[in-house]
Amino acid sequence: MIITTKKPVEELLNDLRDAKNVLLVGCGECATVCKTGGEADVEEMRAILEANGKTIAGSFVSETCCNALLVKKELKNAKDALGAADAIVSLSCGDGTQTLGDQVEIPVYPANNTMFLGEVVRQGIFKEACRFCGDCVLANTGAICPVTQCAKSLANGPCGGSKEGHCEVNPETPCAWIEIYEKVKKLGQVDRLAALSTKAHGENVFPRTINLKDGTAKV
Amino acid sequence: MSNLQKAFESGKFAVTAETAPSKGIDLSHQVSIAVSLKDRVDALNVTDFQSSSLKASSYGLVIKLIQAGVEPVMQMTGRDRSRMAIQGDFLAAAAFGVENLLALTGDHTSVGDCPDSMPVFDLDSVGILNAATQLMNGVDNGGNALVGDAPKFYLGASLTPEYDPIELHLMKMKKKIDAGAKFFQTQGVYSIESYKRFMDLASKYDCYIMAGIIPLKSAGAARYMNKNVPGINVPDDLIDRLKNSKKPVQEGILIAAETIAALKEQELCHGVHIMAIGAEENVAPIMDAAGI
Repeated sequence: MIITTKKPVEELLNDLRDAKNVLLVGCGECATVCKTGGEADVEEMRAILEANGKTIAGSFVSETCCNALLVKKELKNAKDALGAADAIVSLSCGDGTQTLGDQVEIPVYPANNTMFLGEVVRQGIFKEACRFCGDCVLANTGAICPVTQCAKSLANGPCGGSKEGHCEVNPETPCAWIEIYEKVKKLGQVDRLAALSTKAHGENVFPRTINLKDGTAKV
Repeated sequence: MSNLQKAFESGKFAVTAETAPSKGIDLSHQVSIAVSLKDRVDALNVTDFQSSSLKASSYGLVIKLIQAGVEPVMQMTGRDRSRMAIQGDFLAAAAFGVENLLALTGDHTSVGDCPDSMPVFDLDSVGILNAATQLMNGVDNGGNALVGDAPKFYLGASLTPEYDPIELHLMKMKKKIDAGAKFFQTQGVYSIESYKRFMDLASKYDCYIMAGIIPLKSAGAARYMNKNVPGINVPDDLIDRLKNSKKPVQEGILIAAETIAALKEQELCHGVHIMAIGAEENVAPIMDAAGI
């Protein structure tokens, strides 16, 4: 899940300084779970913007704001509101905001900051889980990601900085490498940590695209 | 071959100390310290943005030391440089005659004085050693051949004898050796017993180990280090000695000297690395008191 947080209202109001009539677009997927782009969040945004002198030309919560064809259809259904709007506020992740931006000729402003790919630990608690390195090493690390869970993304084992098993950077967080070690020990796979591991960044030239039809991954 | 390598291979009890570059452009104090220690130590470490604090880079002071006739150990962390920059700096340093390199992961940028700097960590300590070994083999990290002679390095890394779980630390130690590390400098040692337990496990590896010595300045400083510095464990009896002393700095020097003498007598290390952390004038008195 893409984890988002709300931007400060002042920042958004500054971004909207030239806008009068605003179309609000939420997202029914991740942003709804993060309480940054669901129905209730769109209504809250409506009240904030109206209290700050904006007119709300319309609003809808997209089924999935990162699906270009779907968003195109949803914007078509909202064409009257879109026609009356001089700006869109996107209550989704950065991907959704860009998808919207591709479809319209008016400015699209993000209501959220896009934080990370993470898991829902429990309601309202999110934890970063993957940094999209494109070269998954979880098979050798007991399904605990050193790229994400180690603050230094160390590839070959722990640094000397842990204190009583906790990270020098985030003292509340257990050292990822100690957790990895304990896990592979339980799995009988300690030997899997022995090989030299070096990340290849040559495969990660942004922006990456993948085409399932012709089987190519442009990186 | 570097002095340090010669010292180890001749069976001499090797000694290194260290100095940090300035946060500025005047490196004369460090050079004068280095020159004063020149005949006492086998080499002098130059730290690389120690504690994630922005200073002149190790590379500059290392060149100054070579120009002053003092053999350096160039520290390199993975925090601030990509593999390309690390290898480039190694080649440039080799062009000035640098041989001893010490590969470290490095503290995270967030704990230092430029917290918005990007934490690079393209290579960890094992990766840095591997990159240096590749250069020694005449190729860069992209597999491209170097032009002319390959550099000759003598590679080192660090150890934390108090690390828990120690098996995990030993696994990484083995990886460092496999990647080219010939010598190690350890985190500060205060308990001979505890260090001995570590060496019982580590002595099977083919490498030279220098025990780290950090002279204590006061009981408060010792307690602070116990609380805040990973891998440091100053026993209570030493803290009491500092507390009860009228001259705690002198007591700290004495404790350091006693530790060195005991390590040497019991043949628990191949040398010592003295980290005086800003009080380098105490290095020679520690050595004198230790009888080395």
